[in-house]
Amino acid sequence: MGSSSSSLNNVPDGQQLMQETGFSAAHLLRLYERFKFLDKDNRGHLRSEDFEAVPELSENPIGDRIVGAFFLPGQETVDFSSFVRVLAHFRPTEKNRTRAGAQPDPANSRNRKLKFAFRLYDQDRDGKISRIELLQVLREMLGMQVTEEQLQSIADRAIQEADLDKDDAISFDEFRKSLEKVNIDHKMSIRFLE
Amino acid sequence: MLLLGVTLLLLAAAGADPSGSAASLRGPLHASAPPPRLLPQPVPEYGAPGVASARSAAEAAVGTGKEELEAAEQQHHGGGYRVVQWEWSYVQTPYIIAIWLLVASVAKIFHFSQRFTTVVPESCMLILLGLVLGGVVLLASKKQLYQLDPSLFFLFLLPTIVGDAGYFMPARLFFDNLGAILTYAVVGTLWNAFCTGFCLYAAKLLGIIEQVKADLMDFLLFGALISAVDPVAVLAVFEEVHINEMLFIIVFGESLLNDAVTQVLYKVYISFVEVGVENVQTADYFKGVSFLIVSIGGTLVGLVFAVILGFITRFTKKVRIIEPLFVFLMVYLAYLTAELFSLSAILMTFCGIGANKYVEANISQKSRTTVKYTMKTLASIAETIIFIFLGISAVDKSKWAWDTGLVSCTLVFIFVFRAAVVGQTWVLNRFRLVPLDKIDQVVMSYGGLRGAVAFALVVLLDGERVKAKDYFVATTIVVVFFTVMFQFQGLTIKPLVKWLKVPRSTNSKPTINEEIHERAFDHILTAVEDIAGLQGYHHWRDWEQFDKNYLSKLLLRKSVYRKSELWEAYQKINIRDAISVIDQGGNVLTSARLSLPSMASRASFPEVTNVTNYRENGSGVCLDLQVIDNVSGSKVEEDMETHHVLAGNLYKPRRRYQSHYSRHFMPLGEKERQDREVFQRNMRSRMETFKSTRHKRHKKERSLKKQRRGSDTKDDGGDKPRRNVSWQDKPVVVPVEPEDDKADHSDPEKEEDVGITFTARKAETPKQRPKSALDVCQSPPPHTPSPPTEDSHLPWKGSVGSPPPCVSVEATKIIPVDLQQAWNQSISSLESVSSPPAPAEPVHPRVSALSRLG
Repeated sequence: MGSSSSSLNNVPDGQQLMQETGFSAAHLLRLYERFKFLDKDNRGHLRSEDFEAVPELSENPIGDRIVGAFFLPGQETVDFSSFVRVLAHFRPTEKNRTRAGAQPDPANSRNRKLKFAFRLYDQDRDGKISRIELLQVLREMLGMQVTEEQLQSIADRAIQEADLDKDDAISFDEFRKSLEKVNIDHKMSIRFLE
Repeated sequence: MLLLGVTLLLLAAAGADPSGSAASLRGPLHASAPPPRLLPQPVPEYGAPGVASARSAAEAAVGTGKEELEAAEQQHHGGGYRVVQWEWSYVQTPYIIAIWLLVASVAKIFHFSQRFTTVVPESCMLILLGLVLGGVVLLASKKQLYQLDPSLFFLFLLPTIVGDAGYFMPARLFFDNLGAILTYAVVGTLWNAFCTGFCLYAAKLLGIIEQVKADLMDFLLFGALISAVDPVAVLAVFEEVHINEMLFIIVFGESLLNDAVTQVLYKVYISFVEVGVENVQTADYFKGVSFLIVSIGGTLVGLVFAVILGFITRFTKKVRIIEPLFVFLMVYLAYLTAELFSLSAILMTFCGIGANKYVEANISQKSRTTVKYTMKTLASIAETIIFIFLGISAVDKSKWAWDTGLVSCTLVFIFVFRAAVVGQTWVLNRFRLVPLDKIDQVVMSYGGLRGAVAFALVVLLDGERVKAKDYFVATTIVVVFFTVMFQFQGLTIKPLVKWLKVPRSTNSKPTINEEIHERAFDHILTAVEDIAGLQGYHHWRDWEQFDKNYLSKLLLRKSVYRKSELWEAYQKINIRDAISVIDQGGNVLTSARLSLPSMASRASFPEVTNVTNYRENGSGVCLDLQVIDNVSGSKVEEDMETHHVLAGNLYKPRRRYQSHYSRHFMPLGEKERQDREVFQRNMRSRMETFKSTRHKRHKKERSLKKQRRGSDTKDDGGDKPRRNVSWQDKPVVVPVEPEDDKADHSDPEKEEDVGITFTARKAETPKQRPKSALDVCQSPPPHTPSPPTEDSHLPWKGSVGSPPPCVSVEATKIIPVDLQQAWNQSISSLESVSSPPAPAEPVHPRVSALSRLG
């Protein structure tokens, strides 16, 4: 790559982002390259069209949701630092790093990763995945062959399974409990960000 | 069937006895040699010259001459003319080959239809089949009949195998990881070859290997050929245990290139051995280094031919039917040309890698399919032949000699030295952005599978010059058996990796939540990786620029070249559609109609309607299940069913390329269907989103416009025709009318769907709903834009609409036809209750379904 920390100066808020997200200078630089690549008109921020221009996303059943997660509520653009902050969720957790210097709950902690995923379901941000919200995701993720009844029954079943307080919705705690056995670190980490 | 095949083969073998031996598989060179004979004749009589003829291609001509002589003689002492004759010797060669392949193919059918596919790898089965066949042939003739012929192997079998691998190699990833691949392939293979050779020689000196009479050069030669690791089959295991694109490409690329390295080494040694070690000058050793020249030369030949091929396919528009032929011929010619200059012909795979992109873009879809399948077929045949040879050789004792010392030493050495991968990886990891982790290394070192190429090379040794050939053959057979059957695939590697991967055993099956969410995580990760652009290397940017500016213009058809910008154009058109639709009076259209103009989805994919039909049927089943659930409450069955549905229908995360490569198997249709479905959905939802944002943004504008236009009734009546006109203005040619017709058939579903959201939010909409749905059903065109509908549309958007791109997705979903009726029922029932409370909504489908039952 041939990148050095000196060229980090080109990256807006480089140092601060490094501290905040834990990315290395090389990573940040690389992400900035990518950001500029996506930002075709050099506006300095991305709009949803810029994301949609990534052809692979059109083959991702929940791609649009994920793009949506890059945007803060009410905003229509993403600048570089929020771009990086979102991606920081997917930085693998390192074992040998001293916890003292880092923030109490870094973006790539299991909790934050889960929270990120949870928000993809919880589109109305009421802190619960309602049955309707789950159904929407299921509809997107399941093939056309699945009947609506099957969808309903799957959603019902999933909620029954996870819903501990019987409010017919999955709260974040319940969500986390239902995924206790899953290796989130492995599932939600991009290798190149190591 | 299998039995029949074997019998036939037996017959063939017996018939060929003993003539078939050399002649049989020299088929392509030799098939036309024997002239047609009018007389039935005892085969053995004819056979002898066949054996005598042609130990190599050059001699073939002489042999043919002899045969003709013989044939002429025979014609003399025959008499009379017969209509039906026993023309065995005439058809013998192709006949045997065909039957042979038939048996192998039938065995494959058998293999794939059975459960043990998952346990017993294909190559195992082929070897077993070879053992059986070899045994049969041996019993029948008491003599080894078939042996591998150098020209057959190098001119026909090898190019097909390698060509296939090259053509299916994902070029971009290959070049991205070229450094690692080269390290493993070149350094690794050289290391393996030398170490194995020297260590075996040391073992010989130490007296561990007793019987084998061989010197250092022989051992080095053997070391070279035995180090031809063929890890392609490892990939099948990756698929199941550890999806890792990078490891995949590294192993894939390695398997390709180390064949090349092995082959070059092999040729160098062979020439040394032929000259005789004592005659080898010091300068000649340096010529050994010339393998660099040989390799680079081979690569260049491959690339040159790739360019030519790309250029040719530019102009094949009128002759679609021979497009695949061009591809095969050029790839094959590249191989032959490299052979001609005794360059590393195996590296002509670069021809495949390089040409793939341009060729695929130039040739038609059908040609593409043809090329793919033919490549696969040929490669599969070639590998089958080699493995069967292996089985047969293993049976025939006269072909090999056993030396326990050699065999065990070789096994140990190849295993130990293969583990040196770890060392290389350690070095590589210091330079790589993406390091290889422990499991990758274990898999790589453990997956040291020796395959067909190693065996072919050892069999091709010249017994005259390499005295220990028989020992080497035996050892190679054992090594291949061992690595294929015991060490590798299914038997040990899978459990091993699984054990490494998941240290604590999770014996409980995943819950529904886990299953759903884990899949969602996969998708999230894939999407984020796409966004973060895993592949954004600098040098690629340059190359892409070059590619775009020069190569593509040279090698791609004009039309295709333009199509490469299809994506952007597509986006733009979509947006324009949306704008035009909104601007035209801003009536609330359903997503289905919105998506029509450029999508062409519903019209061009007839299965959509089929799916609806299918759903109708399927829903019945499901309803029954629900009854079961309610009545008997057999939860376990339900769970099973749910898991089944989930496992079968959850979309799989996209991969950058097929991370599954098999010579005998091509995974296609499923993935494409999924991509199409998802693509359609996404495009539709984006349209919808765009519309909604525009909608909000321009609400005021439009209301103004409307007021302006309010008096001229165009808004109401002329709405649809106008839209059509505006669509036709677009550069994309869309058959507007038929699509609209189709859309209108399916529209009600959509209308209903939007209705769902309405009911949830506004009490007055249900009353209005059935009416508008009716409108659309009966007379589509005068679909009046009704302000209340529009208004009701807005709060729904406002409520969920904060993160723009992902809000209105639900509006794009299709409600199955069978639900419509239920919907209407429920809605009318709700109407009678006057205003439904908002939370009632989620229960609707359930209620309606049940009510339909009752």
